[in-house]
Amino acid sequence: MSVRVYDLAHARAGDKGNTSNISVVAYSDEAWQVLRRELTPERVLAHFCHLTTGPVRRYELPQLRALNFVIENALGGGVTRSLAIDPHGKSLSTLMLTITLPGHNEGALAATKAVH
Amino acid sequence: MGTAMARDKIRIGCGAGFADDRIPPGVEIVEHGALDYLAMECLAERTIARETLDRAKDPAKGYTPVLLERMEAIMPPALRRGIRIVTNMGAANPMGAARIVRKHASDWDCPDYTCAVVQGDEVTDVMRAHPELPLMEDGAPLESLLPRMASANAYLGADVVAQGFGTGADLVITGRVADPALFLGPMLHAFDWSYDDYPKIANGTLAGHLLECSGQLTGGCFADPGKKEVDDLAGLGYPLADVWSDGRVEVSKTPGSGGRLDIATCTEQLLYEMHDPCAYITPDCVLDVSSVSFRQIEKDRIGLSGARAQPRTATYKVVVGYFDGYMGSGEMGFAGVNAVGRATLGIEVVQERLRRRGLTYEEMRIDLIGMNSLHGNDDSMCPEPYEVRLRIAARTPDRKAAEAVGAEIRSLHMQGPAGGGVNFGARQILAVKSVLIPREWVKPEVIMERAV
Repeated sequence: MSVRVYDLAHARAGDKGNTSNISVVAYSDEAWQVLRRELTPERVLAHFCHLTTGPVRRYELPQLRALNFVIENALGGGVTRSLAIDPHGKSLSTLMLTITLPGHNEGALAATKAVH
Repeated sequence: MGTAMARDKIRIGCGAGFADDRIPPGVEIVEHGALDYLAMECLAERTIARETLDRAKDPAKGYTPVLLERMEAIMPPALRRGIRIVTNMGAANPMGAARIVRKHASDWDCPDYTCAVVQGDEVTDVMRAHPELPLMEDGAPLESLLPRMASANAYLGADVVAQGFGTGADLVITGRVADPALFLGPMLHAFDWSYDDYPKIANGTLAGHLLECSGQLTGGCFADPGKKEVDDLAGLGYPLADVWSDGRVEVSKTPGSGGRLDIATCTEQLLYEMHDPCAYITPDCVLDVSSVSFRQIEKDRIGLSGARAQPRTATYKVVVGYFDGYMGSGEMGFAGVNAVGRATLGIEVVQERLRRRGLTYEEMRIDLIGMNSLHGNDDSMCPEPYEVRLRIAARTPDRKAAEAVGAEIRSLHMQGPAGGGVNFGARQILAVKSVLIPREWVKPEVIMERAV
């Protein structure tokens, strides 16, 4: 069974220049283990490949069960000159949450449902 | 007044997180937050470039346009309660801001007050003298931007804010100051912290980082119905920080206000625009939040721990605003059977008409709003909707070519496929790039408004 990042975590996007910064925060320890294992920079870049060629860097904050992704060249030249309707890319957090992760993640999903 | 009194604890509130942030929550935190200090952050990366242009047209202008409206609402209740204010609404003309506020203050029934002005962030002359400086974005020399430069301002640190309060001022008005420094400044002043007291500088900078986007700490940019609920989002309250002289920090929000402040909202805001969590560079320190953790003390109150800091760098970051041509854009809506087909035809027609007029563009972007305008063009994500809006945006050095984009979209009303609901426009683009300069090239100064 596969699982959406949406079901495991919440996220927020911000900008700096032409770089998008998207945090992903797990709802539970089980969800954190799945995200840490499966939500790799490569998988994120593949999901954002129509927006950027990267690179994508990932930082881990285990005590907060959070990943911080820094996605370069993702904002159409940067907030001040981008032609995009969302030049800050604040909606990109919800693109991150649409990523589907493979594997047997029922445990993580069940734990998350129990939290909410 | 006049000297910092030794205190064990201060409370700093956030009264605004961007230039046009909502004013009523700012008034609420003043009236109900039991604050000692209020910080209002109102300068985005490029807004100061626009304000610099305003000042070129009228030397009395150049401050944040919403200054008077915001101060009329905030200043009288703040001063009556002894709350001291710092704001970067001075933008490109902090002294001009101080003077226009003074001119109106008597009409606002303000108690008498003193105002300190922070100047010296503007470094356009330094930029002209150093065309060799490499741009942080691409390493190219600054030189190519100089003929198109609109503004250049260094991000000053908390030391000048503290110096402003050190004059005894009730109100400190600045131009470009790093956002967290607006909050760290009152702490440096009240507790006389030293820059080599890294744990305290770290906690204070972290508190400033969390608070500077106002409602984004208290449930803004967060709600997802059925999944992430936020109580009374309409009545979202602004955040505040209790800071102790030993560096301990707890964050909370206006009592009785809407929103939520918990580990989830704090974690999202902690990482907001953070990039490398081990090295968040501010003028006051290099902040490391990689070991930060949050503790829920009670409802809507969080304790911070684990922040670390390295010494501040030897440089200031300068944001250079420059003209980068014009952007023209327009939209039109289509609905019903074959809506996407007609929108696509509309796009083709506009592009062909622009081409036959001999107009060319540096870059043109096509969106189908409702399908791909926010997340891009992956077809698998785009089931055909009942209605869709075409949008075309293009960048060009030529204002008339920019205006032509919207004009051709407007003409689709009568000379395109059937649809409706047009809007369009063109504007000059003020873009920004950054350079680093040695600290000694910048001469920040604090001036009393009435001494001038």
